[in-house]
Amino acid sequence: MLRFLTYRLAHSLLLLFLVSVIGFMILHLAPGGPLSQFALSPGMSQAELEKIAERMGLNRPLPVQYLDWAARFVTADWGESFRDGRAVLDIIFGHLFATLLLILTSTILSVGLGTLVGVLGAMRRYSAYDYLATVGAMVALSIPTFWFGLVAIYVFSLRLGWLPSGNMYTIGDESFLDYAEHLIMPSVVLALVQVAIWSRYMRSSILDVVGQDFVRTARAKGLTRRRVLYVHILRNALIPMITLTGIQLPTLLSGALVTETVFTWPGIGRLFLDSLGYNDYPVVMGVLMFTAMFVLLGNLIADLLVAGVDPRVRLE
Amino acid sequence: MSMNTAPPAMAAKERRWITSRPVRRFVRHRLAIAGLVMISAIALLCVVGPWMLPHGMLDIHIRDRFSPPGSETYLLGTDAMGRDLAARLFMAGRVSLMVGIAAMVLSTFLGAVIGLVAGYFGKVIGTVLMRFTDAVLCFPQIFLLLVLAAFLEPNALMITIIIALTSWMEIARIVSAEIRSLRERDFVTAARVSGASHTWIMFRELLPNTIGPIIVAATLTVARAILIEAYVSFLGYGIQPPLPSWGNMLNNAQQFLDTAPWLAIVPGVAITLAVTSFNFIGDGLRDALDARSDLQ
Repeated sequence: MLRFLTYRLAHSLLLLFLVSVIGFMILHLAPGGPLSQFALSPGMSQAELEKIAERMGLNRPLPVQYLDWAARFVTADWGESFRDGRAVLDIIFGHLFATLLLILTSTILSVGLGTLVGVLGAMRRYSAYDYLATVGAMVALSIPTFWFGLVAIYVFSLRLGWLPSGNMYTIGDESFLDYAEHLIMPSVVLALVQVAIWSRYMRSSILDVVGQDFVRTARAKGLTRRRVLYVHILRNALIPMITLTGIQLPTLLSGALVTETVFTWPGIGRLFLDSLGYNDYPVVMGVLMFTAMFVLLGNLIADLLVAGVDPRVRLE
Repeated sequence: MSMNTAPPAMAAKERRWITSRPVRRFVRHRLAIAGLVMISAIALLCVVGPWMLPHGMLDIHIRDRFSPPGSETYLLGTDAMGRDLAARLFMAGRVSLMVGIAAMVLSTFLGAVIGLVAGYFGKVIGTVLMRFTDAVLCFPQIFLLLVLAAFLEPNALMITIIIALTSWMEIARIVSAEIRSLRERDFVTAARVSGASHTWIMFRELLPNTIGPIIVAATLTVARAILIEAYVSFLGYGIQPPLPSWGNMLNNAQQFLDTAPWLAIVPGVAITLAVTSFNFIGDGLRDALDARSDLQ
């Protein structure tokens, strides 16, 4: 286990380094690089720009600049927003709750529904239901999330008037019920794609387990179908799903960004887009790095969880 | 050893391709055929459609603005400027499908080459390339794509390149895994012993053997590229008007959602149909080309 842990941690650290290099390269790809903030202000001469570049240390060799940037990065100094001068990390943490609320609700929804759909499909393989679930999942994966959100707003807010069309709460209300009401549409819209993915993987994971010897043994022992399903099949089939949750994190975050823009949800995705619109590069870069690190951490946790649950993994 | 002697497997190749096993399996896959028919119909409409309609996509009929679908001469209604929605939809389809397919070609090429090199050279080069791939995969695609799109000049070509730059990783992983399992096989050793160069072995011996998974992944990449283009254009960072795309048609549809919902519904249905087609075709190809699906 110790060997596995060190190996996995080293791997994550290496990835973190590569992620930071990619992030740094993109930062320098920005029009005008980190200088763009000043290049945009009116009446700025080339000579003044060069002076600022010198003061910011932008004429040093790139590796030196990278080390400097990375040193500030690990000490939680991610720069200040061009818009209001607040620290980038503070701004990101200010928007984190909304995104976490959205993706957690949506994940719970999709894990529950996806598992159910997948298990039923695997248990009745090649039945009309299985076929329908397969086709349904493929269609669900083909619907643009943002468009699905628009249609949902049109039907449930504009036509039926059942649900609010955007935001996380009503100003002045902010009760639990109010939050819940605002959460329904975005989380369902975000869950659509996730349910499709989960049900497909769950189905094939179950089919992988069903064919194994220990299931035959369990059946031969005379256990009930139900007991074999819950205790022997499902528990083993769910292990790869932990890894899948980690792998799906980038997709989930991308989906959250899409959903947040349609429903004006005040999360990280919304912050990211607003900052892009204002050319607020420190925040843009901060969010980009933050999401990548979030994914990295999520995958690490998923892998450790799997290793904790499944001793076979640790031996590899 | 002579390279000219045909291996025994070649004899089977003389059978016509139309009766070959993958083709028969694909044809049996009803969804895949449905997808193929659907996408052919959409492509045909996009190509010839604009010529069959009474109005051009840029003709402005201010008096007919917000005509609902089915009004005379406006098959799918008109938008806020009185432009024919059908004409715009078909022209947009050309752009969206072209961008999707071009992005697929580019990202498949990129992914296949990186995967090939990484898988073939294993050790240091392979590890470095694959860790780099893993690192790029840590960035949620839409975030990465929007940053690039905001930094670079947005036009159809640039968007295609950006989509390709952010979606080659999966193919690279698939190819590198396949190559690693093929690398030690006898036919590769044989080629090496007979003096074939690395390039020859990679592109003429190994690559053809991974073509199945590549085709499947490429088909699914088209589906994803269309979705992504739509979203980025919807946000205004993609294809710029007056050039229409399915995504930027939805751009101002949101503000007229209440009064003219067809402006939002029509392009969305077009995207969904096109993407579904490619997903169905990809699924059929997977069943047809994947040797492992024999067992199921």
